[in-house]
Amino acid sequence: MGEERRPDPEKILERIREDTGRGRLTVFLGAAAGVGKTYAMLEAAHEHLGKGLDVVIGWLDTHGRKETQALAEGIELLPAREVEYHGVTLREMDLDALLARHPQVAIVDELAHTNVAGSRHAKRYQDVEELLDAGIHVFTALNVQHVDSLNDVVQQITGVVVRETVPDRILDQAAEIRLVDLPPEELIHRLEEGKVYVPAQAAQALQRFFRPGNLNALRELALRKTTERVGGQLDTYMRRHDIEGPWAVRDRIVVCVGPSPFSANLIRVARRMAAQSRCEWIAATVEQPGRPPLNDAQKARLAENVRLAEELGAQVVSLTGDDVADTVARFAREHNVTQIVIGKPLKARLAEAWRGSLADRLIGQCPGIDIHVIPGEAYPREKRLRIFPGLRPRLVLRGYIVVLAGMALLTAILVALRDHLNVLDLNLIYLLPIMLAAMRWGIGPAFAAALLGLLCIDFFFVPPFYSLTVAQPGYAFTLGVFVTVGIIISGLAGRLKHEVQAAQTREARTEALFRMSRIFVAVEETQELLDLVAEEVAEDFATMAAILLPDETGRLSVQAYAPRSRPGGETALSLFDDNEIATATWAYQHGQTAGKGTDTLAGASALYVPLQATRGAVGVLAVAERADGERVLPEEWRMLQASADLIAVAVERLQLTEQARRADVLTRMEKLHLALLDSVSHDLRTPLASILGSVTSILEDDHLHDAESRRRLLGTIRDEAARMNHLIGNLLDMARIESGTLRLKRDWCDVADIVGAALSRVGRALEGRPIETRVPDDLPLLLGDFVLIEQVLVNLLDNAVKYSPVGSGIEIAARGQADLIEIVVRDRGFGILKEDLEAVFDKFHRVHRPGESVGTGLGLSICRGIVEASGGSILARQRDGGGTEIVFTLPAAPQAPMPQPEADEEGPDER
Amino acid sequence: MSDSGPRVLVVDDEPQIRRFLKTALGAHGYEVAEVDCGQEAIKQATFLHPDLVILDLGLPDMDGREVIERLREWSRVPILVLSVREREEEKIAALDAGADDYITKPFSTGELLARMRVAMRHLGPVEESPVIGLGDLVIDLPRRLVTVAGTRVKLTPTEYEILKTLATYAGRVVTHRQLLRQVWGPGSVEDTQYLRVYIRQLRSKIEREPARPEYIVTEPGVGYRLTSPEDHASGA
Repeated sequence: MGEERRPDPEKILERIREDTGRGRLTVFLGAAAGVGKTYAMLEAAHEHLGKGLDVVIGWLDTHGRKETQALAEGIELLPAREVEYHGVTLREMDLDALLARHPQVAIVDELAHTNVAGSRHAKRYQDVEELLDAGIHVFTALNVQHVDSLNDVVQQITGVVVRETVPDRILDQAAEIRLVDLPPEELIHRLEEGKVYVPAQAAQALQRFFRPGNLNALRELALRKTTERVGGQLDTYMRRHDIEGPWAVRDRIVVCVGPSPFSANLIRVARRMAAQSRCEWIAATVEQPGRPPLNDAQKARLAENVRLAEELGAQVVSLTGDDVADTVARFAREHNVTQIVIGKPLKARLAEAWRGSLADRLIGQCPGIDIHVIPGEAYPREKRLRIFPGLRPRLVLRGYIVVLAGMALLTAILVALRDHLNVLDLNLIYLLPIMLAAMRWGIGPAFAAALLGLLCIDFFFVPPFYSLTVAQPGYAFTLGVFVTVGIIISGLAGRLKHEVQAAQTREARTEALFRMSRIFVAVEETQELLDLVAEEVAEDFATMAAILLPDETGRLSVQAYAPRSRPGGETALSLFDDNEIATATWAYQHGQTAGKGTDTLAGASALYVPLQATRGAVGVLAVAERADGERVLPEEWRMLQASADLIAVAVERLQLTEQARRADVLTRMEKLHLALLDSVSHDLRTPLASILGSVTSILEDDHLHDAESRRRLLGTIRDEAARMNHLIGNLLDMARIESGTLRLKRDWCDVADIVGAALSRVGRALEGRPIETRVPDDLPLLLGDFVLIEQVLVNLLDNAVKYSPVGSGIEIAARGQADLIEIVVRDRGFGILKEDLEAVFDKFHRVHRPGESVGTGLGLSICRGIVEASGGSILARQRDGGGTEIVFTLPAAPQAPMPQPEADEEGPDER
Repeated sequence: MSDSGPRVLVVDDEPQIRRFLKTALGAHGYEVAEVDCGQEAIKQATFLHPDLVILDLGLPDMDGREVIERLREWSRVPILVLSVREREEEKIAALDAGADDYITKPFSTGELLARMRVAMRHLGPVEESPVIGLGDLVIDLPRRLVTVAGTRVKLTPTEYEILKTLATYAGRVVTHRQLLRQVWGPGSVEDTQYLRVYIRQLRSKIEREPARPEYIVTEPGVGYRLTSPEDHASGA
């Protein structure tokens, strides 16, 4: 084969994932208690100890078995954490101590254990995950009946309900599963010998459990589970080494999940199928906009089912469509699904008899896809408390009352007009209230209106009057039609109402997400964006929301929150104490939702959703518990997740922008450094050359010089040294501005004073130059850094001298404007080309003119740095009539308190 | 002056600066002793009883300010501080600690000699010279009379106080705080704006060209100095 086999990127990713710092999980899997898992685990631990590894026992249940205890000796045992719970002291594994101890290998027995309330995690397997995340290898023990996907099978086999389950993904993560096997006879023998730990009160139940039949079945399950793994490992191995194998066409399984408790079974079946054929599987829920919305119990169960599916490793999709069969079939076709798992209700519905069952229709619509129909079990049918769960009962009750009153009124009017109306008219008129009731209150009141209408027509308008008997068969037919039409209208109108409601909800959701995404597009500034987003989330979920972002050290802090204030004075900020931040940090570090309403750190008072971006979590979105205690509903969960995803993308985008900006600054700094080197080597060496030349000339050829030429040489030395000093000052100023260490020492300054100081410092260079200064006497004081502003003027004066003919005048003018003080330095020099007016403020920009002295190219950029740091601006202009003028403005400060003016001048003391 | 041979103690850790000062000052008749650290400076000051100390603020062993404080515990010897342009706070701290004046590096020999002369001139109490003359500017302290080129200048009481304070230390720098404390009292040492306004007024009355003052010279970031036009001529 000439074609090169390129490694599949998925495979590479998988390998990277395996090679990351995460700890390896080794699960000692057994069919039942007493097979010797703990013993095997300790043996393995000793093996590792022998290899010089650091092994610590985090948690061990020896159940008093002597052999096991003996084996545990010689391995460091971490003291248990004692927890007070309802007055009882319970012992739990000390997760934090173990994390702090950070051994290479931790032994954590009883993976399926449920932690006492108030622990960080609800389940021990979550503790183990955290250990693994921290890079600690973990040995743990598990009985097969605790594996989530096998839970229902175990229940069927043994009749024992096992509540403590471990999600299959934990086993999937395990680097190694070691099967600890013992033939059932031997196990029973051990049980009889008392080697198996059996608490007295449970002895009977356990006796039933430990029957050879049960044990055989469990043993088979354990073996199968392990083989599944071995198959998977082989698969991984072959892929990693690019061994070509007879790869089966990848299956893709869809399981339809609804609010029924039976859906959980479907999910487990699908999970087993997916595990066996090692393929991905999808749990699909179908939202039917035309159907009445689910009630709270149903919603909660649906959310539970969806979570179960997620925990078992399914990808969850939410589909929308009126017809389940159509929707699922379309999804299946579009996503190359090969198998669909659906449930079959025990009792066929009437509608199904008409249209065909879901299974039948799916089979018809999905040729080539295997449809697995799992027969349902009898679950207690939930009591339907409300006919119309979408509306509050009181509202519906009001509907009935209004219908009754309206009907009475209508009938009274119609009775008065009876002579002018026939039955057909009446039928039509009475349809009106039915429709209105249906639209306003739904099917119940509409139905009542139909019934009332029928009675009224019959009683008041159908002869014989005031009796419910119908004289002519024709009337009976008319009334029959009336009732039928009434019922159909009720149904249609009611359904329309649901659809409108559903559409409104969806629209509101979409609208909210759209609003948020618009914020992201419109807002560039991080803080503003976070504030707006927090506000949006708080509004959408009718509670407090906050966004927590990490600083450079990874510590989370609240960056934005909303609403800003709450009745009662409590702000969102006061909510986030150390505990809350710790919960947020956990969510952030583990990339999992935590806090209120989850299994992790449920004691927190807010829900923390990590902001997962492409490169990991960038922060945490916090949503506080609502004031009325109402929990976050499943569809809101999805909405929250969607919001978090959007925020994550936005935050990441901003961070990337910031990084890009920094990178840009770095490149510019690099350029600056190069220019600096260039400048230093040129501008410092030139005066040095003159100095050295002059000095050596005086020292070596002194006899050749007369007094005059000696003076000239010494003058050169002095001037060049001054020039070097000036350049070094400039370089230092530039460095200070660039490095951001330029600190303004603001104080009150008199512009005239600054001008005077600058003129005196430029000193001799101004000799022979007419200087005109125009500073109004009433110019207000300036609040600024005297030394730095003086430096600006010195640089401008230097430039004016440098770039104008000898003897030409220089003008300095200042004036006060509304809230600015403007200072201008003008010369009659060579001017600046129009296209250079901006660039002259760039670092190392030099105006090259043949035969002219070349500046350092720093003076003006230092001016700009100082002026901008002072909150002003600077620009260069061509002066009317030739020359240059540089204008800079500084903000005028509100005037400082002044002493009382002294009106009286003091005369000489004549006494 | 060369006959009396005033003793100058140069405290600087740079040998080149010491060598230059020794040569330049020696040529002008000064007797120069040199040390390279603060500890040694304090020790030598007690042995030599110099007439002037030239102190570099960047010493390796101790803060220049501390050296000044230690000297001031027992001596009123004039102290002239060497500093660089950007270190205004350092200069102010040195002046507040008791230094008499400062000079910014790099400096010319003429500048240094002028400062040294002024610093040593003021060892005696001011009252000894009740009439201070700086070129055309004459301040008659007993009569509270100020004239410029013979013409009387009318000053407000505050203006007069400022001028008097500057004249007391004529040739030496007076920090903003010193001026404010002297004229307005200890409660006003932060109110630089008063000073700015009155200096402006004062200049408009006594300076020939207020925009380029000759008498009241600004020391950027530090304070003011009353000089005479002759001082300018001898300066850099």
